[in-house]
Amino acid sequence: MMRPFRTLTGIAAPLPIANVDTDMILSAAFLKTVSREGLGKGFLHALRFDADGRERPGFVLNRQPWRAASILIALDNFGCGSSREHAPWAMLDFGIGCVIAPSFADIFHGNCLKNGILPIRVPRATIDALMAAAATAETATMTVDLERGSIDWHGGTIGFDIDPQRRERLLNGVDDIAASLGFEDAIAGHERRVEHEAPWLADPRLERIG
Amino acid sequence: MTPRTLYQKIWDAHAIAPLGGDEWLIYIDRHLLYEVTSPQAFDGLRAAGRTVRRPDLTFAVADHNVPTENRAGGLAAIADPDSHLQVATLERNAREFGLAYADLAGPRHGIVHVVGPELGLTLPGATIVCGDSHTSTHGAFGALAFGIGTSEAEHVLATQTLPQKKSRTMLVRIEGTLGTGVTAKDVILAIIGRIGTAGATGHVIEYAGSAIEAMDMAGRMTICNMSIEAGARAGMIAPDDTAFAWLEGRPCAPRGAAFAEAIAQWRTLRSDEGATHDVEIRLDAAAIAPMVTWGTSPEAVTTIAGTVPDPAAEPDPARRGQIAHMLAYMDLEPGRPLAGLPIDVAFIGSCTNSRIEDLRAAAAIARGRHVAPGVRALVVPGSAAVKRQAEGEGLDVVFTRAGFQWRDAGCSMCLGLNPDRLAPGERCASTSNRNFEGRQGPGGRTHLVSPAMAAAAAIAGRLVDVREMA
Ligand code: SF4
Repeated sequence: MMRPFRTLTGIAAPLPIANVDTDMILSAAFLKTVSREGLGKGFLHALRFDADGRERPGFVLNRQPWRAASILIALDNFGCGSSREHAPWAMLDFGIGCVIAPSFADIFHGNCLKNGILPIRVPRATIDALMAAAATAETATMTVDLERGSIDWHGGTIGFDIDPQRRERLLNGVDDIAASLGFEDAIAGHERRVEHEAPWLADPRLERIG
Repeated sequence: MTPRTLYQKIWDAHAIAPLGGDEWLIYIDRHLLYEVTSPQAFDGLRAAGRTVRRPDLTFAVADHNVPTENRAGGLAAIADPDSHLQVATLERNAREFGLAYADLAGPRHGIVHVVGPELGLTLPGATIVCGDSHTSTHGAFGALAFGIGTSEAEHVLATQTLPQKKSRTMLVRIEGTLGTGVTAKDVILAIIGRIGTAGATGHVIEYAGSAIEAMDMAGRMTICNMSIEAGARAGMIAPDDTAFAWLEGRPCAPRGAAFAEAIAQWRTLRSDEGATHDVEIRLDAAAIAPMVTWGTSPEAVTTIAGTVPDPAAEPDPARRGQIAHMLAYMDLEPGRPLAGLPIDVAFIGSCTNSRIEDLRAAAAIARGRHVAPGVRALVVPGSAAVKRQAEGEGLDVVFTRAGFQWRDAGCSMCLGLNPDRLAPGERCASTSNRNFEGRQGPGGRTHLVSPAMAAAAAIAGRLVDVREMA
């Protein structure tokens, strides 16, 4: 079941790094879990903590007011690398509900939507302006409104585009699985056709491998 | 009829219901699962009182979080309690939902992207998903194969379908003949160096051209595997006689008359004359040299004759900062030649380069030589079957005599999750696919190379042009 997203007002934290990969968002050491909970402690761990586990005082998320950030402003190709949904789970557990970047890696983008995190694409020039505002405590608070498709910030209001289907799903927090199960006729019809036309696809005979 | 690309043909055969906009519900023919990204999907199923729609199309194996020693001990030999729980949970879920499961100590075990093709689960024209980005590997057989998240895995378990938007397509054409000592790994690293790690975002890449046609299936899998490092969701290659011969006799591939019927269909799986791709790029195979990465992104790559770049020469300030940051992490100074850089570890393995052909290429360099003093060198076959075959060919003896460790199958040092990992500051010549900060262990420094280059580095104790050792 997808969490709904409507509006979010909060502190935006600048993360001026391109190609932030999912290993950086949540490294492999935190993947030894069978649960989705409690992963916030591992969020951007190598940036937040030194090798001895002490906070790096200079890192933005260790400073006030960004400790309580709920919006990230980042650079190109955010979320590249592994498909681990643990990365958005960690973001969510840390308190991040929205990432604004010029571009996102495909799988990560989809994983965010599934978890009610809003990934917003805006042009690089807009990012630079938002990044500058986010870097100053007095101007770091922003409001993201999905219904209106707008970001209200210190410098005014800017619009953003999002695919209308995805927008609807996020606004309403739909159950994708229930929606797909509603296509039972189409699914069963396809399965009958494949059994006839490409039987090797319909039955891999998994019993042969024991 | 309008000419169609290979991608379009597979898409058309699987798009079963329009969902509005350019989104369709597509049918999934094969679902592969492993221990790290699946437990929460099964929990979701249970919580909603749902079941697995097609357990007969679903296959599970534990690979990421398993030790690569003492395999005969099976699950009981996993000492780390969290890792033990994760693998035990996969076993339990497979049992509870009636899924085929390749036991840790059994003959079919291995890295999911090595085992899938080996078993013949991977077939031309199929849609294949797994909660792992390197699912793109399977596209080497003309399948549409892509990585998914855990929520999507739950969706596939429950419905055998996924809502998907159609991707754009990119054609990468590689013409000509690769030079001696130049491999598929060098080709894909050269492509990533050219287009960047976001170069193919939103696209599915189709690889074609005489260099691809001449390539064996292991090489094609290496190329499709790293499509994700170019930003693509999937990579694919039109299946041909090389692919059909490779599949014949695999346990889950069709047999006899059905195999002949399948081949007749599979031959239609190619981009039609006149079909257009959204983007096309061309590479000259003869111009590609052995490649090595110098930074912490796969696009930070050059030839073994290259030097570490100078951030000062970079006009874009963001990019300049990024290069400087990478060099600090990698402990490299600008202008330094990559050849000659001392290494601590060599890793030959991962779903990119752990097939029998990869091991043969590494063994050809290792034969009659010895790993340099102080270098730790691991050879980790991609599957139990690869291991058996290599031992049948005596490769294990070649490796162990040369001072390499000969391990059991698993993801091993590809990611810092299981016991095989780099210590902080260690420098590694690795045949895996990602050189991200900390990927092989916190503070570890990764140089991505081909299997022959990794073996050469192990022996020389430093990065070296394999062509000088052949
Ligand atoms: S070998 Fe590496 S890239 Fe491949 S599936 Fe395992 S962890 Fe992922």
